Order: sequence, then C-alpha cells, then structure tokens
Amino acid sequence: MLKIKNLHASVEGNEILRGLNLEVKPGEVHAIMGPNGSGKSTLASVLAGNEDYEVTEGAVDFEGKDLLDLGTEDRAREGLFLAFQYPVEIPGVSNINFLRAALNEIRKYHGEEPYSASEFLKRVKEKSALVELDGKLANRSVNEGFSGGEKKRNEIFQMAMLEPKLAILDETDSGLDIDALKVVAQGVNAMRSPNRSFVVITHYQRLLDYIVPDVVHVLYKGRIVKSGPKELALELEAKGYDWIKEEVTA
Amino acid sequence: MEVVNATDQKKEAFLGALDAAFQQPLASAKGALLNASRETLRTQPAPTTRTEAWKYTRTTRIINQAWSHAVPTVDADAFAVNDLDAWRLVFVNGVFQAEQSTWPEAEGLTVKPLRVALEAGEVEGFGEKSNTPDEWFENLNMAYASDGVFIHLGKNKQIEKPIYILHITAGEQSAAFNRHFFHVAQGAQLNVIQHSVADADAEGFYSVVTEGAVDANASLHIDKVQNEAGKVFQHAVEWVHQDRDSKFDIRTVTLRGHWVRNNLNIAVNGENCSTRLYGTYMPIEKEHLDNHTMVDHRVPHCESDEVYKGIVNDKATGVFNGKVFVRQDAQKTNAFQQNANIILTDDAQMYSKPELEIYADDVKCSHGSTTGQFDEEAVFYLRARGLSEQSARELLVYAFVSEIIEAIGNDALRNYCLEGLTKRSRG
Ligand SMILES: Nc1ncnc2c1ncn2[C@@H]1O[C@H](COP(=O)(O)OP(=O)(O)OP(=O)(O)O)[C@@H](O)[C@H]1O
Ligand SMILES: [Mg+2]
Repeated sequence: MLKIKNLHASVEGNEILRGLNLEVKPGEVHAIMGPNGSGKSTLASVLAGNEDYEVTEGAVDFEGKDLLDLGTEDRAREGLFLAFQYPVEIPGVSNINFLRAALNEIRKYHGEEPYSASEFLKRVKEKSALVELDGKLANRSVNEGFSGGEKKRNEIFQMAMLEPKLAILDETDSGLDIDALKVVAQGVNAMRSPNRSFVVITHYQRLLDYIVPDVVHVLYKGRIVKSGPKELALELEAKGYDWIKEEVTA
Repeated sequence: MEVVNATDQKKEAFLGALDAAFQQPLASAKGALLNASRETLRTQPAPTTRTEAWKYTRTTRIINQAWSHAVPTVDADAFAVNDLDAWRLVFVNGVFQAEQSTWPEAEGLTVKPLRVALEAGEVEGFGEKSNTPDEWFENLNMAYASDGVFIHLGKNKQIEKPIYILHITAGEQSAAFNRHFFHVAQGAQLNVIQHSVADADAEGFYSVVTEGAVDANASLHIDKVQNEAGKVFQHAVEWVHQDRDSKFDIRTVTLRGHWVRNNLNIAVNGENCSTRLYGTYMPIEKEHLDNHTMVDHRVPHCESDEVYKGIVNDKATGVFNGKVFVRQDAQKTNAFQQNANIILTDDAQMYSKPELEIYADDVKCSHGSTTGQFDEEAVFYLRARGLSEQSARELLVYAFVSEIIEAIGNDALRNYCLEGLTKRSRG
C-alpha cells in the first residue's frame, strides 16, 4: 500500500524529516506516536502534497505509483486521505457542496459518471449517521464555528464519504471526550477492510483501546526510531519518551 | 481672454463632437438646467487624476476621443436575464426601444420614457436631486442625455413585478446618455433592476444618472448589474433622497467592465431611515472598476449598512471610496461600512479608502477595510479532498463574494449573477 524510503523533508530550510522509513500493508493499522515537534504532522503534510514542505531525498510508493510525483488532488483521487490535526474553517463554502464537487471530480478521474442528486444525498445521510454528525453541520460552511470535536467528526465524515484506500488521521482524538472518541473510533472501525489501511497519529494510548493497531511506531527527530506491537503504546504512556531518546542517543 | 491649451482643446473637441451627435437632449424641456450644465462644462475643467475624487481613475481616455452616436438594431432577448418575470424597458445606446419593451399601466402609477413625461410636464423636481455643482460628469449627462425611465408610484402603491431597465451598448465609438427619475410616494414600494450589457466587439461610452426620491415610509430597492463585454466606459451615478421612515437598498454587482465608475450618493433627510449599500466587483485582465459611495446622515435615528467585496485579478484595478457623513444633528446614527478585497496577483491593484466624517457625538459607527490574498491553507484543504486547484480557487472566490450575490431576492437575477461569477472565476 505505502512504502516510504529514506524520506528527507525540510521547511524553510530546516530539515524536519531525516531519513524516515515506513511500510504499511493493505488492511493494516499503524499508530505513530512521538514527542511534540518530532515531525508527525510534517510527515502527514508531505504525504498529502503540501508544497510548503520540500522533499530533499527519498521515495514514496503508493499502490505502485510514485506518490511524490502526484499533485495533492491526484493523491486524493488515488485514494489517500488526510484528516487534519487543525482543520481549516472555510466561510461561505458549504460542506455538502464542496464534498459533492470533490466526489464527482474523483469519479471523473476514474472515468465514472457523477452521482445523481439522490444517490449523493443518500450517501450523506448514511455517512453522517455513521459518525453521528448533526445533519445541520453537513449543510453549514466547512468547519466554520464548529467546536473542536465537531471539526474532528467532520473530518471522519469526509473520510467516510470519500472511502479512501489509505487514511492518515493526525491527532483526530486530541481534545475529544470519551463519547466523541468512541464515535470516531466506530467510524474508523466500520471502514476497516482488507484493502484499506490507516495511519493513526496520536499522543494517547486511549485511542488505541478503540482502534487497535497492528504496529506502533515512535517518531523522533524526523525518524522512526522504534516499532513494536500495540503494547508499546502502553509502555510509552507509562514511561514517557526519555528512555527512547536515551536509546537513540546511546 | 481666451485660454487655449492642449487639455482645453481636447475637451472642446470632445464636447463639440457630442454637440453634433446629441442635438435634442432631454433637458431641452428645461432650458435653464440645460444651459447651466453646458456653461459648467465649458468653464470648468474635466476632472483629472489630480482631482481628489478621481485620483485613481483616468478620464482622459474618454475625453480624448471624439464620440459619435448611432443606434444599431439589437435583439434585446440575446442580452436579457433569462426567465425574469418583470416589466422590461430596453435602451440601445441610450435610445428607448418601445417595440422591445413592456410597461404597466394602472391607476396611481406611471412608468414611461422620461422624455415623454418631461414634455408633458409630469416630472416634479427634475435635476434637483443631483448635480452637485462640481460634478463635471453629471453636468455632461444633463447636457446630452437622450432619454431614460420615469417612474412615479403613487401613495401606498406597489407594482407586482420589478421594473427591469436593460441598457445595451452596441457598435463602435458610440456615446450614450441615459437619465432616470424615480419617485416613490409615501408608503409605496418600488423594485427596480438596472442591467447594462455590451457585446464583445462593442466600443462605447455610457453615462447614466438616476435621480430617486423616496418619500416618507416608502421603500426603493435597486439591483444594479453591470456586465459589459467589449471596450465600454461606463459612468453611473445615483442620487437618492430619503424622507423619514423610508428604506433604500441598492446592490451593485459588477460582473465585468472595461472601465466603470459608480457614484452612489444618498442624502438621508428624514429620521428613522434605513439605507443599505451592497456591492461586489471582480475585475480581470486590465479592467478598471471604481466604486465611490456617499451616505449623508443629516438627521437623527437613522442607520446605514454598507458592504463591498472585491476580487482583483490579473492586471486589473479596483477602487473603493466610501464616504459617510454624520452631521452634527444626526445623533443616534448607526453607520456600518466594510470593504474587503482579495488580490490574486502581484500586478493587481486595489485602492480602498473608507472615509467617515462624524460631527455628532452620540453615534455608533464603524468601518473596516481589508485587503488580502487567497487563503492558501483553504486551497490545500480542498485539494486534499480531491478538488482540482482551479475548482478549489473558484469555490473560494465564490464563497468570498457569495454573501453579496446570494442575497439577491429575485431567483432569475441571482442565477444570472452566479453564472456570471462562475465565468469570471474561470478567467
Ligand atoms: N510550516 C512550517 N513552518 C516552519 N516550521 C514548521 C512548519 N511546520 C512544522 N514546522 C516545524 O517542524 C517541526 C515538526 O513539526 P510537526 O508539526 O511535524 O510536529 P508534530 O510531531 O506533529 O508535533 P505535535 O505533536 O505537536 O503535533 C517543529 O519544530 C515545527 O515547528
Ligand atoms: Mg502534529
């Protein structure tokens, strides 16, 4: 599904990712943890094609395609989805209208007919029920005036609408209360399938009680420095990152 | 003593050509007004960029041409707003096209060509609502206007459909002058659409002045849609006087125009009035779109609300100048003004100047002017969901000005403007 080899990326001349390797196979869920500023969101941004970040070295293969060669929209059309850590508010652009346009552009890219209005609305109903998103939110401007939790839920709603092959969730759990967390996890779990993979970036082991990962990685100073089974998350939460830092510098 | 310099010579040639082309102006029926405006044109210089109100908008390209006047045959249906249920009055190069027009006839309301109304002596206060002595271009309009629409709505009257005034600029090198006069009597309610268009190969100069009197407790609503292709210079002036408890709303949507200057002047003469001015403009290429507005609060307890939003692309120029006067007597005035712009390229220019002059002490007034670039983070967000960069930008352009266009009450007109907006964002 996704193969990242020796990825280096900088922003404003500072190297943030320094030789990152990661392989995600179809159907797998990978968790990435790591201290603040270690480069987790940078990795997500680079994969989504944010041009603020310059890739200086390395390669990323996504389903047999050179991901770094594709524009942001084509990455999305090929099935990559990023749930943002900080979703932007876009006043005046309705959630529904923009999603319809996005879905239809994706379908066109794959040579498919656009959805009819009724097909589309049926899908909206189904998916907003899945993440218990208030119908009114679906019709409002993208994220405008949404609470933190509503923004995160809206990201998952969009993921459900777009049905990506690979979803990267950047701290979708941060700031959620337990009920909201359960809803988000339920949305993700309902979408798990042998052909769909997830990369879940989080600071909290709590999320991993609900979305059980196959592998947990530690990202530190722009590199994956440790990988292990789901129990690694428990260990990280109990002991913090110092022992990892020591291991790395040792 | 005769002063002859190059500027005066050009002005004389300009006026001489117009004298020859427009031998029977509307104001012939009002000899004194006509003579006064002719006098002003001769004795006063035409405004230049040294004139404060014209600092960013050059008039030389108008004055340095010898305009003529011709009226080609034009099919109005090719330009009109589709599916619009309205009374339609059509003008081509300033001349009324009776056979392509329809108008209501009923007790208590008059809708007819202004020339006919003036000759019959039906127009009370013609020329009195406008013509600040220093407005050279308003005098120009008075001196040469060939016709326009006269509307008089009697006490408590209402017309069931809007009055739709369509002006088409056609042909080459033609000047056109229109003058409208609307009088909404006490308690009456009038809804007007002013639409100006031109073909892609048209070249012309179109000057239009609207005088409006809104009597006590009456309401006047104007939707003004400018959509001229070709190379047309348009100068549009509104002068509206509001009496107590009245409402005046105007929405100016400039979808396209080579050179447009709008001058909106509202004199709020009576207490408890509401005045709303909304506008949007989206110039591309080398277009030049200028909106000057003036709201004069002369008495207490009135409110005005003004929002103009623009998107300036390519090498285009936008100008916004919004004056709000709150006179010493105008206590308890609520005046709000906002001008927000997005500049899409390094070569695009926007000159924005809010001017609040407040002489009363117990008032609530605010103004803001913002000029910014596209929110690139939003563009990225939309692309990350699969939208092409172009669609993402279109959506954001639409979102930015949609507030102004979405609020158009008439469905057909709103759809027309939305379509124009979509075409615009594709460049
Ligand atoms: N657009 C940017 N401009 C400048 N510096 C940036 C930018 N984006 C990230 N950085 C820097 O890169 C480093 C890594 O940031 P990143 O957001 O990837 O960390 P993170 O692991 O996601 O942290 P957190 O857990 O706090 O979300 C930080 O030092 C940050 O300041
Ligand atoms: Mg982060």
